[in-house]
Amino acid sequence: MNTIDIVLLVAMTLAAVWSVMGRSLLKATIGLAVTSAILSILIFRLGSPLAAVFELSVCTGLITVVFVSTISLTKPLTHKDIIEMSKKRNRRFIYLPIILGLVAFALIRAGIPKGLIMSTGETVGNVTEVLWNMRQLDMFGQVILIIAGALGVVVLFAEAKDDAK
Amino acid sequence: MTPNNPSELLYVFGSFTILLLVAGFYCLVVTRSFLRAVIAIELLIKAVTLFFIAVGYITGKPALTQALVITVIVVEVVVVVIAGGIAISVFRKNDSLDITLLNKLKG
Repeated sequence: MNTIDIVLLVAMTLAAVWSVMGRSLLKATIGLAVTSAILSILIFRLGSPLAAVFELSVCTGLITVVFVSTISLTKPLTHKDIIEMSKKRNRRFIYLPIILGLVAFALIRAGIPKGLIMSTGETVGNVTEVLWNMRQLDMFGQVILIIAGALGVVVLFAEAKDDAK
Repeated sequence: MTPNNPSELLYVFGSFTILLLVAGFYCLVVTRSFLRAVIAIELLIKAVTLFFIAVGYITGKPALTQALVITVIVVEVVVVVIAGGIAISVFRKNDSLDITLLNKLKG
């Protein structure tokens, strides 16, 4: 375990907390994108380059674009409204850093439990072999999900169009 | 990264996974904004992704966990896109993204 991994993990957690506690939704979205980017670096360092590329391109790129589009399609708040709302929200979110600190303290205090690693079994081949030969049902599931997602968006936007009329 | 002590690696990555899960669950419980709830769900999915990859690295089966993570990422995108569409519909109905106003919907 290198120091850089610890630094990346801490940075990722801080970015996640920032995205949760950030004042505006746009900043929260940027925080989420930073979390994804750091996570993709970690995934790459853990020997999974294909998943890292997916995480970086899809989660950091596409999902951020979807979020920003959604935010831009809803009415933006004025600066005064944001300050007013953030005061109320800060009261609800003030406990999060305290809870996180307590959980971190409890985890450090507990230390490494014994018998954490179970038997691993056989090692499988490369990722393409796994995806196309071993997890074929997952691929069908993914295709169905993507079609369902596309149809869902079409139905939702059509509904919105009807309302506009 | 060198796999020096598997227990230590699993402990460290597991601990940060728990911290991300706590942040996500807290946000999900406390927030009133629809989009921030979606961000909380995203954080929960990211925690699971991190743990999957760490376990794959430690157990020497990165191919299997990569395949699962790719499936999770596809699910994540569909969830966000549908939630975005629902958020826009809710905003057009209620003129707000407050989730407490979802009680006004039929059904």
